[in-house]
Amino acid sequence: MHHFTFHRFWAVVLKEFVQMKRDRTTFAMMIGIPLVQLMVFGFAINSDPRHLPTALRSADQGPFARSFIEALRRSDYFTLVREADTEAEAAQMLQLGEVQFVINIPEDFTRRLLRGERPSVLIEADATDPAATGPALAAARALADAALDHDLTGPLAALRSRGGAVDFRIHALYNPENITQYNVVPGLMGVVLTMTMIIITALAITRERERGTMENLLATPIRPFEVMAGKILPYITVGYIQVTLILVAARWIFHVPMVGSLPLLYLVSLAFIAANLAMGITFSTLAKNQLQAIQMAFFFFLPSILLSGFMFPFRGMPDWAQVIGSVLPLTHFLRIVRGVLLKGNGLAEIWPELWPIALFLAVAMAVAVKRYRQTLD
Amino acid sequence: MSSSPEHVIDVTGVTKTFSGRKVVDAIDLQVTRGEIYGFLGPNGSGKTTFIRMLCGLLTPDAGSGTCLGHDVRTGQRAIKREVGYMTQKFSYYEDLTIRENLDFVARIYDVPDRAATVEKSLERLGLQHRRHQLAGQLSGGWKQRLALAACLIHQPRLLLLDEPTAGVDPKARRDFWEELHRLAAEGLTVLITTHYMDEAERCHRLAYIAYGRLLARGTVSEVVATARLTTWSVTGPEIRGIAERLRDRAGVDQVVPFGTSLHVSGHDAAQLELAIAAVREPRHEWVRINSGLEDVFISLMDQAKDNFS
Repeated sequence: MHHFTFHRFWAVVLKEFVQMKRDRTTFAMMIGIPLVQLMVFGFAINSDPRHLPTALRSADQGPFARSFIEALRRSDYFTLVREADTEAEAAQMLQLGEVQFVINIPEDFTRRLLRGERPSVLIEADATDPAATGPALAAARALADAALDHDLTGPLAALRSRGGAVDFRIHALYNPENITQYNVVPGLMGVVLTMTMIIITALAITRERERGTMENLLATPIRPFEVMAGKILPYITVGYIQVTLILVAARWIFHVPMVGSLPLLYLVSLAFIAANLAMGITFSTLAKNQLQAIQMAFFFFLPSILLSGFMFPFRGMPDWAQVIGSVLPLTHFLRIVRGVLLKGNGLAEIWPELWPIALFLAVAMAVAVKRYRQTLD
Repeated sequence: MSSSPEHVIDVTGVTKTFSGRKVVDAIDLQVTRGEIYGFLGPNGSGKTTFIRMLCGLLTPDAGSGTCLGHDVRTGQRAIKREVGYMTQKFSYYEDLTIRENLDFVARIYDVPDRAATVEKSLERLGLQHRRHQLAGQLSGGWKQRLALAACLIHQPRLLLLDEPTAGVDPKARRDFWEELHRLAAEGLTVLITTHYMDEAERCHRLAYIAYGRLLARGTVSEVVATARLTTWSVTGPEIRGIAERLRDRAGVDQVVPFGTSLHVSGHDAAQLELAIAAVREPRHEWVRINSGLEDVFISLMDQAKDNFS
């Protein structure tokens, strides 16, 4: 943007700030929406996810262990994607969100079963999304019983009646008490930002067009990028106010643990806020009037809320829905927020989620600048 | 036509088509520095479209020329920097105060010494005591003053005004025109569209446009003279009946009521006189008058309707 001049950009920024200050209703809405949503989504949203990626760390080669692993492989609930050799490796997979579970089969699994004892199996779960991990214990127990039923004959048959041959221990990481709010409240940050940021900028250019001020703006030497950037910057501030509001509520109302670095979260939020604002601006250049712009914003907002993993566990969705979800910035932002707040992720861990947002921002901005016409032709 | 440096606007054959309809059809126009050039014509005649092509908001489909020395097809960015354009509809921000609007425009054009310039501009247009008033709360006249101040703030060399005085009271209109003449005397060139005849007569030169075509141009007296229109005025009781009887007679091109009188015009003076003689009554007073601009424009519009519509 070598034609970019600061004074023109700044003129738009100041103008937008003043207009925002005068438009009390909109401003109140931007503060009110996060609060209302916080209250509404305080309730849990449950569902029944399937095919959750699972890593296996098996130290036993015995027949019972093999039967159990075979049952795991055939199950709908778990999908064995990786094998972990060490505890550290398993921990890292969970940390990065590559797997939802690590199932640890101990060395003495077969031996203890043969001796008529109940061996224990440790399931480590990424419990940041309790809806996804909740049924894991029941599923694992049912699988084990079904798999081993066949083998538990003769003297071992007695094990069947004791409420399961295997003693499963769930180690729920990051959210040991499976508190839904730990998942929903950080997720809400992304949802609220998506909703308000897109709508507010979707109106930005259509409003100028409807009020007739666009003709004047076009008659000046101002450049498209100066208009766009000038309209985005003031709302980034508003986005940060919302982020702060939700974090305050998360901390002191919902007592969500905050393990990671808040400055890091604030920093990466910038990319997400800007991506949504740019998307809104793009709608603004496509829509003919403010009503259309709002409709487009909702058209984008709905898949965002449904397919991002906010409403339903991402891994519970069919492949096509996951593909759509992966394009949406909200999907990645949810993982970042949960990762940073609940898992203590650093920049290296969230990078795989950060670049898709940056890419989205770049594409949306490019479309907006291209679509913004400098003449009335 | 060669472009002279004194020609602030110099365009030939400028044409714009919207969905198959020629809204502006091959217009030639030369406007000299320091001139107030009036642009007249009925609604929808293409005046606004033509002005938008001059200030870089629209690209002509055909034709060529320069505005302030920059090509109207390729130099739009340069043109935008040196033109002040006042749109037909008020197009500043109603939720910004007068001062904020002026400041915004001054920033966009990177006006040197901005604060002082804005202050001077407020002063010059008598807006100082209203500086903190929201533009949306202003009356038509004050909005127009603000718009004029805003499009002058970057000291443009050419002012394009699209019906700036529509809906403005006569006193405000007079002040506005005084200001325009003051600016023109300082060397600013003004192209203005209007529907008011008194305003047309205040222009140095004017052009009449209908159905996208330029039908007449020149000074007021030139436009009137080239129309070769003879006009009679009649006063007296029940003149409306005369209008009915005259309308279809040979030689009578138009009958237009002007207050208590009736203007009867025709292009053939002799035939017109014959037609009048046929309806003449002693209780009416007939006077031959000089055709006015309005008579000429109505006649131009009627002819254009016959030819192009």
